Amino acid sequence: MGEPEGTVWKGLFWMMQLFICVNAVAKSFLQEGKGRLLYFYTIAGPRDFILSKLMFNALLMLLMSLVSMGLFVLMLGDPMPNPFSFVLISCLGGVSLSLVFTFLAAIAARAQQSAALMAILGFPLVIPQLLLLSKISNIAFEEVIQGGLAGMILLLSGLDVMIVALALILFPFLWKD
Amino acid sequence: MIRQSWWKIVCVVLLVYTFIAGFLGAVPAKPILNETIRNLYFHVAMWFSMMILFIISLVYSIKYLRTNNHVFDIYALEYAKGGIVFGTLGVLTGSIWARWTWGAFWSSDPKQLGAVIALLIYFAYLVLRNSMTDMDKRARIGAVYNIFAFAMLFPTIWIIPRMVESLHPGGMGNPALDTHDIDSRMRVVFWPGAVPGWTLLGVWITTLRIRLSLLAESERGGSRAAR
Repeated sequence: MGEPEGTVWKGLFWMMQLFICVNAVAKSFLQEGKGRLLYFYTIAGPRDFILSKLMFNALLMLLMSLVSMGLFVLMLGDPMPNPFSFVLISCLGGVSLSLVFTFLAAIAARAQQSAALMAILGFPLVIPQLLLLSKISNIAFEEVIQGGLAGMILLLSGLDVMIVALALILFPFLWKD
Repeated sequence: MIRQSWWKIVCVVLLVYTFIAGFLGAVPAKPILNETIRNLYFHVAMWFSMMILFIISLVYSIKYLRTNNHVFDIYALEYAKGGIVFGTLGVLTGSIWARWTWGAFWSSDPKQLGAVIALLIYFAYLVLRNSMTDMDKRARIGAVYNIFAFAMLFPTIWIIPRMVESLHPGGMGNPALDTHDIDSRMRVVFWPGAVPGWTLLGVWITTLRIRLSLLAESERGGSRAAR
């Protein structure tokens, strides 16, 4: 099998990351039974609950990103001149995606629907992040550093901070049930 | 306030003024744009209206979360729908403009994509609401998602398209509506006429729908009480 060139490799990787994220987060959130949620309700406040979910899913996604990167390199070849920066970028990307999907899973779990609803809600919302991530991934794929990339990384981090802040503010309203 | 007619008359007068002055008034002669610059009164004004309608919807969503008053939820929903209508019109007028200036209705420009994605996010809001049957839950979760969706508007249509290369005015860090794109002859029509006119039209349509919803609900409630 031929190895795909840079842009195709990058595109495939982010597509994979998206699906990995949807599945990982869906499994972790939507499998909580009603009893367990009630137990959490009595022992911890909503802020602590959502914060712990966000952190857990971020760590899970970090692990998944590293594993999937390893598998990609193994099976599809390694066209990157800067592998270290790509590892860092994929970690940042994985964490960003997981934050959005965790909050959406919280909404979907309240709506008592399956992961399908979360996916429908989620795809438009992560497109800005995917666009930013694919532009930032250029750092790892081109030998020349392009201007404005630091700004984009800052923007992505700012977006993540905003999502976490919104989740912390809005989750207590979802919690009252 | 919603039933009064003075602001509706103002709306009609402003829109008629916009159309007449828009098509017959003087406009600066710019290369490539030529006469299409008149679309400013439609396309840009509609985006302004959309943002205003979404802000009103956001305010009502926040009010609902604070007071759990069901009426606020109806307001938030209808204003969001109004915003979606104006957003869709904005995309349509934008693609018509693109056909004559950029050569094609759709060129996958970052601003065009961002606008469509923003609309998709709000459509997902409608899907979410329809997936739930319990009214209180629907209102509460809908309000939470509405706030989240509004916050996502900013990166999607304001920040990212300005950071990347784009044919649309505003790409590569330029302001989207700057002093070189419009002159005082156009400003006189745009700011007092087009923006308030389209916004008032949006508010008028939305308030009619709100009155319809409230009426339908009170009929349902009334018939239940009579039983």
